[in-house]
Amino acid sequence: MTWATYTWLLNTSRTLLIQSASFKDGLLVEGAGENMNIHEYQGKALLKAAGVPVLEGVHCTSVEQALAAYDSLGSKIVAVKSQIHAGGRGKGTMYDPETREEVMQGGVKIAFSREDVENYASNILGNVLVTIQTGDEGKLVNNLYVEAGCAIAHEYYLALLVDREDKSVLIMASTEGGMDIEDVAHNTPELIHKISVDPNAGLLGFQKRDLGMALGLSGAALKSFFKMLGSMYDLFIANDCAMVEINPLVKTEDDEIVALDSKISFDENAEFRHKNWDELRDLSEEEDVEIRAKETGLSYVKLDGNIGCLVNGAGLAMATMDVIKLYGGEPANFLDVGGGADEEQVKTAFSIILEDPNVKGILVNIFGGIMRCDIIARGVIGATQSLGLDVPLVVRLAGTNVDEGKAILAASDLNIHPADDLAEGAQKIVSLIGGGE
Amino acid sequence: MAIWIEEDAKVLVQGITGKQGMFHAGKMQEYGTKLVGGVTPGKGGQEVLGLPVFNSMIEAITETDADATVIYVPPPFAGEAIIEAANAFEMVKGKGVIVCITEGIPTLDMVNAAAYVANRANVRLIGPNCPGIITPGVTGGAKLGIMPGHIHAKGRIGIVSKSGTLTYEAVAQTMSIDEGQSTCIGIGGDPVNGTGFIECLAAFEADPQTEAIVMIGEIGGNAEQEAAAWAKENCSKPIVGFVAGATAPPGKRMGHAGAIISGGKGTAEEKFEAFEAAGIACARDPSELGQVLLASLKEAGLR
Repeated sequence: MTWATYTWLLNTSRTLLIQSASFKDGLLVEGAGENMNIHEYQGKALLKAAGVPVLEGVHCTSVEQALAAYDSLGSKIVAVKSQIHAGGRGKGTMYDPETREEVMQGGVKIAFSREDVENYASNILGNVLVTIQTGDEGKLVNNLYVEAGCAIAHEYYLALLVDREDKSVLIMASTEGGMDIEDVAHNTPELIHKISVDPNAGLLGFQKRDLGMALGLSGAALKSFFKMLGSMYDLFIANDCAMVEINPLVKTEDDEIVALDSKISFDENAEFRHKNWDELRDLSEEEDVEIRAKETGLSYVKLDGNIGCLVNGAGLAMATMDVIKLYGGEPANFLDVGGGADEEQVKTAFSIILEDPNVKGILVNIFGGIMRCDIIARGVIGATQSLGLDVPLVVRLAGTNVDEGKAILAASDLNIHPADDLAEGAQKIVSLIGGGE
Repeated sequence: MAIWIEEDAKVLVQGITGKQGMFHAGKMQEYGTKLVGGVTPGKGGQEVLGLPVFNSMIEAITETDADATVIYVPPPFAGEAIIEAANAFEMVKGKGVIVCITEGIPTLDMVNAAAYVANRANVRLIGPNCPGIITPGVTGGAKLGIMPGHIHAKGRIGIVSKSGTLTYEAVAQTMSIDEGQSTCIGIGGDPVNGTGFIECLAAFEADPQTEAIVMIGEIGGNAEQEAAAWAKENCSKPIVGFVAGATAPPGKRMGHAGAIISGGKGTAEEKFEAFEAAGIACARDPSELGQVLLASLKEAGLR
């Protein structure tokens, strides 16, 4: 085995590891649904259990475990891989979380000795990895994967995802493995081969063969690919995956097809039938406040602006953000209280918005359908009183019981600014915080 | 005329004995929707809101000659409820409309359900994760979903949208210029759904009652772009559009499962451009949809 054999490890930063998205006809298609990501080592365990060949590897959380893993793998050369839910690990940089001083270049390293393993593991664990996908703050690495090496003959790209336009599972493969698949899709779309699985028929033998042959495989390698793809499709369906992406998938010098990397995400909507997901979920990878919002039945995404928004309905919540921006303000968040919020949820929504120190004012925009404006009005009053709201508040109510709602707000002695439509509401809040043109 | 659901359509409710189903069935009745029964497996023979409850869709359609069904079944069972309805409409009547309100159905369940419906040419699925479809009447009308009925009035504007409350906003905007609606459809915010924008536009184009269309899209996917391209070639009626999510950051899911910008694709700007390239008059603020619609109606000699 040579150094070149391991170039795939260093290619990690070139792999497509963007959030549940991939390419079709050079156009991006999203993996469907709200997705739960898992770590590479967890994905590899699933792949292995499903019968997809992977290399031997050990999940570690300490330097001692990493050394024991090296001893047990019996491979002279191993990969020491940071486990975070973001791509670009190989070309990332490790920093000390306290001093922010650089500790090491690269979050995925090739170790040629026991000493290397010790050195890399201690540089990675407990430190922060910054990659092109993590943002500047980076991600604290608590998990390592120590993996044996193999002799590579060729690298491929493989992805399975739900294609929303075609309403089916799409399988994409390319001979250009290890490369940035976005570039391949853009520059040489003919090198990306696709099959669409008819849900009535399932993945058929000729499709697996066609795809393998399109990759130039033959003989034992084609057989190995055929078997591997069947296992992987079964895994995709059985686990309610949103996306399975293997980059690279390799052909070894022994003509075996092996998954060298693994990015797997699940469709959150299917959580009720997968009791094991709780164990696979790494809460440290998710935004604390977004988790709490979800537990209350709210959908919240933090943004960079200073006008907090509280809206019912996802489309209207987005439109509210857009209109704030249109009138010169910047939204601080997306927040959908859903179709049937009660007073308690409204209160939680306010407290979540106010946790963001950037918030200088709040716009409430409710078009009552199922939700009644009088209930919202009471919730708003209750929340402002109990939270001691000290930023300007504009409330726009429309729809069911709007007159009662407006009357309740008007009767209170709180400093609440009413608005009749979205544009007026946005203009008012922007001017109240002294922003805009 | 209207599209797909006539004012006097006979309607079933799947999941009528559940909390959501019963609440909304009551609201649908209040609006004037001609409910003819409900379906909850194992609860056949009961009566809810004065309506007979059946054990199966085949039984319910056979007994009531229903034209459509609205599904309020919880997510784990909703995909199968769609398939049961599609099978029953096909077998008993050869046609039918299924409206699925349920939010949170596993995507692979929807892949299966959508394929099942697609194999039955005269069965239509609207949704899931949508407000439903409403055809307002002079008095009452047919409300198949969770939208507030009282904001609507019978008229000549067709509305199609991915979003719920934003559809209500569009309805209010048409009312602000004294225009009512022929039919309003929420196609839903999930990545895999039934009826899409293009089918709605084609139906509005063919519907004599509809004289202009409001189309509301959002970030994610490229259904809006395809609809715009289709409309340019095939729609003679004025269309007014809005796209939500111009300020949404990439890679973050904005409430709706389908509303996510990935790798710089599916942005609001891209969709607005596609709309404008197709001659669709756009409002950048949904509060201006009424005025943009009014201008389009005047330009077309309709006001």
